[in-house]
Amino acid sequence: MNFKQYPLIGLVSVAILLASPVLFPSWILFILTKALFMFIAVQGVAVFLRGGMLTFGHALFYATGAYTVGFSAKWFGFREILVLIPLGATVGLIMAALVGFIMARYRGVFFAMLNLAFSMIMYAVLLKFYWVTGGTDGIGAGVATVFGIQFPGSSFRFYYLTLVIAGLVAFGLYRFLDSPLGYFLKALADNEIRIEYSGESTFRVIYVTYILSGVLGGISGVLAAFTIGHIVPEDAFWMQSGEFVFIALLGGFESVFGPFMGAIAFELIQTYASKYFPLAWQMTLGGIMLLIILFQPLGLWGLYEAVTHRFGGRRGASHH
Amino acid sequence: MNDNGLILQTIDLTRFFGMVKAADGINVEIKKGEFVGIVGANGSGKTTFLNLVTGYLKPQHGRILFLGQECTGLSPRSIVKLGLARSFQIPQIYTGLNVLENLLLSMSAQAGKGTAFWKPLHQESWIQEASEILGRFGLDSYIDRPVSVLPEGGRKLLDIALSFALKPSLLLLDEPTSGVSIEDKFKVMDTMVPILKESNITTIFVEHDMDVIHRYSHRVLAFNEGKVIADGLPQSVLDDPEIRKAVLGHE
Amino acid sequence: MEIRLLTIIIVDGLNYAATLFLISVGLTLVYGVLRILNISHGGIYAFGAYLATWLTIKMLGVGLNPYLSYLMLLAGAVIIGLIAGPAIELLLLRRIYGRDMHIQLLLTYSVLLILDDMMKLIWGMQPLIVSEPYTLLGQFSIAQILYSWYQILLIGISVVFGGLLIWLVRGTRFGKLVVAVINDREVSLAMGINVNLIYTVAFTLGALAAALGGAFIAPTIAVVPGFAVEVVVLSFAVIAIGGMGSLEGAALGALIISLARASTIHLFPELELVVVYLIMVVVLAFRPQGLFGEVELRRI
Repeated sequence: MNFKQYPLIGLVSVAILLASPVLFPSWILFILTKALFMFIAVQGVAVFLRGGMLTFGHALFYATGAYTVGFSAKWFGFREILVLIPLGATVGLIMAALVGFIMARYRGVFFAMLNLAFSMIMYAVLLKFYWVTGGTDGIGAGVATVFGIQFPGSSFRFYYLTLVIAGLVAFGLYRFLDSPLGYFLKALADNEIRIEYSGESTFRVIYVTYILSGVLGGISGVLAAFTIGHIVPEDAFWMQSGEFVFIALLGGFESVFGPFMGAIAFELIQTYASKYFPLAWQMTLGGIMLLIILFQPLGLWGLYEAVTHRFGGRRGASHH
Repeated sequence: MNDNGLILQTIDLTRFFGMVKAADGINVEIKKGEFVGIVGANGSGKTTFLNLVTGYLKPQHGRILFLGQECTGLSPRSIVKLGLARSFQIPQIYTGLNVLENLLLSMSAQAGKGTAFWKPLHQESWIQEASEILGRFGLDSYIDRPVSVLPEGGRKLLDIALSFALKPSLLLLDEPTSGVSIEDKFKVMDTMVPILKESNITTIFVEHDMDVIHRYSHRVLAFNEGKVIADGLPQSVLDDPEIRKAVLGHE
Repeated sequence: MEIRLLTIIIVDGLNYAATLFLISVGLTLVYGVLRILNISHGGIYAFGAYLATWLTIKMLGVGLNPYLSYLMLLAGAVIIGLIAGPAIELLLLRRIYGRDMHIQLLLTYSVLLILDDMMKLIWGMQPLIVSEPYTLLGQFSIAQILYSWYQILLIGISVVFGGLLIWLVRGTRFGKLVVAVINDREVSLAMGINVNLIYTVAFTLGALAAALGGAFIAPTIAVVPGFAVEVVVLSFAVIAIGGMGSLEGAALGALIISLARASTIHLFPELELVVVYLIMVVVLAFRPQGLFGEVELRRI
């Protein structure tokens, strides 16, 4: 995979990430923290894109993770992040297991739409049942704690924690992509008939992937809640899902690293554009996406690979 | 399991498409170890028969028994799990992966590990077994090449190898030499047939090429208009002028 | 349930159905012909609303006869439809036919983002309100509840427009060409049909429908930035339920959603939004192609 092929960039990136709190001002650190949990969320979308399927409802799991933190903080004052992350992952898993059971039969545009519908149901519930969820005001997450020690969202400690979690997720993703399920997912886009005639069930392939996607969404939601600080129904809105898809395409979804590049690029563009063109930052994003679609659909990672390939980077025969 | 030595049995298998009887009360018994050829003109129902037996189509009437077990109406996946495998007229292979990965996927599915997401696909034991299979099929020089560089005969062999890797007891081949050049037809069959016979895999293959049928099958079923009109030794079936007329359209 | 409440629900439902139909019929037409789900549809709708409202305000400001406002609304719709339609199809969509669905969706999503900001840049953040077309027609009452004649006009417009589209597709030569292209693009090309032109016309018709919907709904609401986004998913729900590509389906979907929504607003207000998406999930789960949609077959 990528880091084996490009060990130098891998090492350099990891070094930069580890040294970030020293190298960069705090607002960049904040962007990096955001990019890290967005990376996790976007991988939940990227796994499906590799199988030729589009999910436009991933915000369902993202919001699930976020509101897990929200309710825990609001009702119990409990903000132990080392507990909340696995808890968010589990709730995401359960949600995905339930929804995925219906979803796994579908493909194409219907898969995308049904996904969307489920996430919008959650949005509607979060919005309307305000006496439970806080409605449009949302819930304040407060400060995360680790064994009682405070880890404010903008702190070095929190950044490192997020980095470690993202690193673990990345490791898991590398294993996933090399596993039978990872390959069957690619095969899904290729030849469903051969899958069925191998005795494997396309339903199961999609279902298990969906559950993994739900876990990723849940984890990212927990981290997001503490980074951003407030948790709102819009976390489940379809435009949030659209943002994940956007980043997946921006960074390139075939690799593990691509979505991270995409997330950083997205956060930087959004921060700068909304600061200098408050009425046109969406347009900026839209314009960039059009350029990518029309000229470099493999995203930033594809661009990177194209450049290094021209300068002698080696690529294996296998299709990654 | 009372199967009377029969690996496959169809009883009164019937399937309509609108008004057309693609399968008209087909009764067939295949014994273990047989090498059976199926012939018939286009539209005679031979592909329908294959699709019914492999679960791709559901019969409207009749039963299918595999090793004495009822498998009428089961999905392709369930039937494959029972020990049946199939190759296709147009090879169904994963064009985005290389040859080895195609085979590894079949093997992981056979081992029930298709949805494993932690251990790698490229496991030492599987790779060895896959290399060995590819060697026997004459594809080992292509082992890490993308599927797109395979010649047509190679694609057919890969399709069959993928089914072989599932360790089936019954293999159905849909026109294994169609689309293959005349020189390569016998090459493909000479490669594949000994492998299947060595592993005692009962084989049913649909073919248009009479020479291939003559040379490789012990028994021939001739289809016409959804019915089996002849069942016997290749010589007796194929040399009968009536049968030839029905199957080939001429004497 | 008492008759009065039932009447309110039914009338409310019909009103809202007219609105939803106008929003959705263009979307379903474009999907039916081009097989693309046009996320920017909501943006064209909002643009139509903005331009129509702005033109009407200007016209009224100059002191012209208020009855001309309907013409202004129509003008706004037509202008947007005839500009946005060909522009988007020729410049952008044409380059991505045949590419993966997620590329197509992201492209139309990007166009939506661009349109949304264009409206902010042109008309600012303040709401644009013009109520004269609405109030001019006056009110009447059914069962002691006041309704506006403008609502009837809206229903009328949606019926007429829907009928026009159906006639266009079923009863004209153009419609037959469209059906041919839908059924088999390659064969149509081989037969000498100008498929590109058909695509452009179909998309422009869809854009016109969207802009028309936006223009005539505008007098009943306040036109604000970002309302394009609300409409997008709602129209998806309508056509998913009714069957994507089916004109009648858009009508049925609009009716079902509107009646459901009207019922819940009066009986269980918290469920207002939920019920729309719940119906969408239920229909898609049991009949993924929608009520009037066609199953897309898989070939071996």
